[in-house]
Amino acid sequence: MRIKVAGVGLTKFGELWDKSLLDLGLEASLDAIKDSGIDKNTIDAVFVGNMLIGKIAGQDHLGPVISSSLGLNCASFRIEGACASGGLAVHLSLQGILAGTYKNVLVVGAEKMTDAPSSQITWALMGASSSKERKAGLTFPALYALMAQAHMQKYGTTREHLAHVSVKNHYHASLNKKAHYPYEITAEKVLNSSLISYPITLFDSSPITDGAGAVILSGDDSSKGVYITGSAVASDTIDLANRSSLTELKATQLAAKAALKQAGAEISDIKVCEVHDCFTIAEIMAMEDLGFCPKGEGGKYITKGHTRLGGKLPVNTSGGLKACGHPVGATGVKQIIEITEQLRKNAGSRQVKDANIGLTQNVGGTGATVVVHVLQI
Amino acid sequence: MTGIVSYGTYIPKYRIKPSQIAHAWGKEVNEVEKALGVFEKAVASVDEDAVTLAVEATLNAAMPLNFDLSKIGAITVGSESHPYAVKPTATTVAGILGLPENLLAVDLEFACKAGTSGIQLLSGLINKDTKYVLAIGSDVAQSKPSDVLEYTAGSAAASFILGNKDTLANILDFTSYSSDTPDFWRRDTEKFPSHGGRFTGDPAYFNHVISASNLLLEKAKLKPADFEFAVFHMPNGKFPKEAAKRLGFKDEQLKPGFIVSQIGNPYSASSMIGLAATLDIANPKQKIFMCSYGSGAGSDSFIFETTPLLKQFQKKNSKNVQSQIQNKQMIDYSLVARNIINKYRI
Repeated sequence: MRIKVAGVGLTKFGELWDKSLLDLGLEASLDAIKDSGIDKNTIDAVFVGNMLIGKIAGQDHLGPVISSSLGLNCASFRIEGACASGGLAVHLSLQGILAGTYKNVLVVGAEKMTDAPSSQITWALMGASSSKERKAGLTFPALYALMAQAHMQKYGTTREHLAHVSVKNHYHASLNKKAHYPYEITAEKVLNSSLISYPITLFDSSPITDGAGAVILSGDDSSKGVYITGSAVASDTIDLANRSSLTELKATQLAAKAALKQAGAEISDIKVCEVHDCFTIAEIMAMEDLGFCPKGEGGKYITKGHTRLGGKLPVNTSGGLKACGHPVGATGVKQIIEITEQLRKNAGSRQVKDANIGLTQNVGGTGATVVVHVLQI
Repeated sequence: MTGIVSYGTYIPKYRIKPSQIAHAWGKEVNEVEKALGVFEKAVASVDEDAVTLAVEATLNAAMPLNFDLSKIGAITVGSESHPYAVKPTATTVAGILGLPENLLAVDLEFACKAGTSGIQLLSGLINKDTKYVLAIGSDVAQSKPSDVLEYTAGSAAASFILGNKDTLANILDFTSYSSDTPDFWRRDTEKFPSHGGRFTGDPAYFNHVISASNLLLEKAKLKPADFEFAVFHMPNGKFPKEAAKRLGFKDEQLKPGFIVSQIGNPYSASSMIGLAATLDIANPKQKIFMCSYGSGAGSDSFIFETTPLLKQFQKKNSKNVQSQIQNKQMIDYSLVARNIINKYRI
């Protein structure tokens, strides 16, 4: 597979009260089109990754909302796969190019979350879980807290290990003007913040964020640039209770294996990585499931600084979901944009030296959907 | 010149700590008071409401000068907790106080600024026939039990008698700034108000307070340093200090009227009690800046200047704000629970 990331556009992430979902989607789209240098009218499909707007604002049928506002009459789709909606939109658009149906596609990930009260967002997000989990009164912080407790019990992972994920991602966000929280925090701040569901504290959790990202993907591989060379999706039980293990995401392991195989790469080749740290435990498990460190060692691996800028494998240089923000449908697209900027050597003060191959991992729910992409120059 | 002839406040004696409320609902207790800048809030008893608070404050306003309330020609009661949805608070308060019946009586509602809007409206009615008017802000502030707003929503009233003779402080100027900003609301038939979380900050409170303040400073050609004191609406202990800082006022100017840390936010009465507490200690010929804020949203800004009559008034005003703040009895959440059961007839 060799699909070019021809252009990228990303809005500021944050509480953007004066901007609608359409404002955000168009801003990112127009920036991506401009960055690609292509004529907008050569776009022959628009894929929009979004999870919540139908529930929150009653706006379904999002594909033509974006495409028509751009003055396009091409094919348009809205893709929903919980917090992996953005990654899924990228994956599906690639299939359209690979099939020869489309040549240039616009992929938009967009979410507008801060207009709704937190209780409504929490309810809407639980659409990504199972009916049994909803009936039990579980929410995502509680589900990830169960995984964290299991990980602590089985491998000796500590609350301090969790806190270091947050500290590291805030440091990276402090170098990213587009991040929701562009400032540093301490481990003490994380550990002393409000407890949401043991051991998950407020500062172990990604925020409710507005934002959008867009990429132009092209089947034209005649020029140099950043290419997606692997793209795979795997799924797992929607119920956490039906899994054989609470301490790993099987779908991450399967998707990573498939995407790396497509790219002809090994996990040890990866120089920079964006993973789905919706809660700090998720980044620890991602390190292990992707194969960067042995199972159970994720907390120590991160605490040693290996995944901080300057370490051997910088992870979530954007600030991740925790500190760059998590507009759920936009996250998977933002990850592609961050790795593209790293491979283009455009990441400024958060540039990873010698970055020539990167990986993204985008998770839906508690790992019922995982999308992994490999990007190379 | 039109100004304040007398004023009085009423602060219920019961106090609860926000941490007690957090504890009652099983929420994070640590640091809640420091985070809000509110350490105690005043709680009305089960037999108190916006009417009784308004009456008490007005009696306290009449007392120092033995003011004859039958001289009042117009009354406004600003509140967002009027006991009746349809039936004016103002006529009930006027009836209890024995105000004359050749009276303009009207209720005002604009979240936390209805009281100060009464001062603006009534100041234009003073003439040879209507020599004195009465502007009241009174609230038994509403909040959804267990909501973060419950930590600060307090109870109190302030009553200002205005006239154009023998004033304690003159109203030099005022202005307002309003926009359609949905940061806090309660729809008809809904029991409890809702709010937009952090949206209540920059686009709401700060935008309106700073805009109304700057409009007035520009209009009066004055700057923050020209004032001895300043009072800003106090929804919590952080917002007014931040607004003051952004405008160029200093913490010392806010200090005498900074009542939120001890009584919470009694909505319509908040900035008016802050003004009263400032008048309690001010000297003659001093300028006081005041800016209220009401969600929904708007701010009224004022410039007052004290007169030599203020010192004599202060000596006679035994129920000043500080004396009422000190006269307190700490309670636990059981009285709050009784209030909820009583009000909502559970």
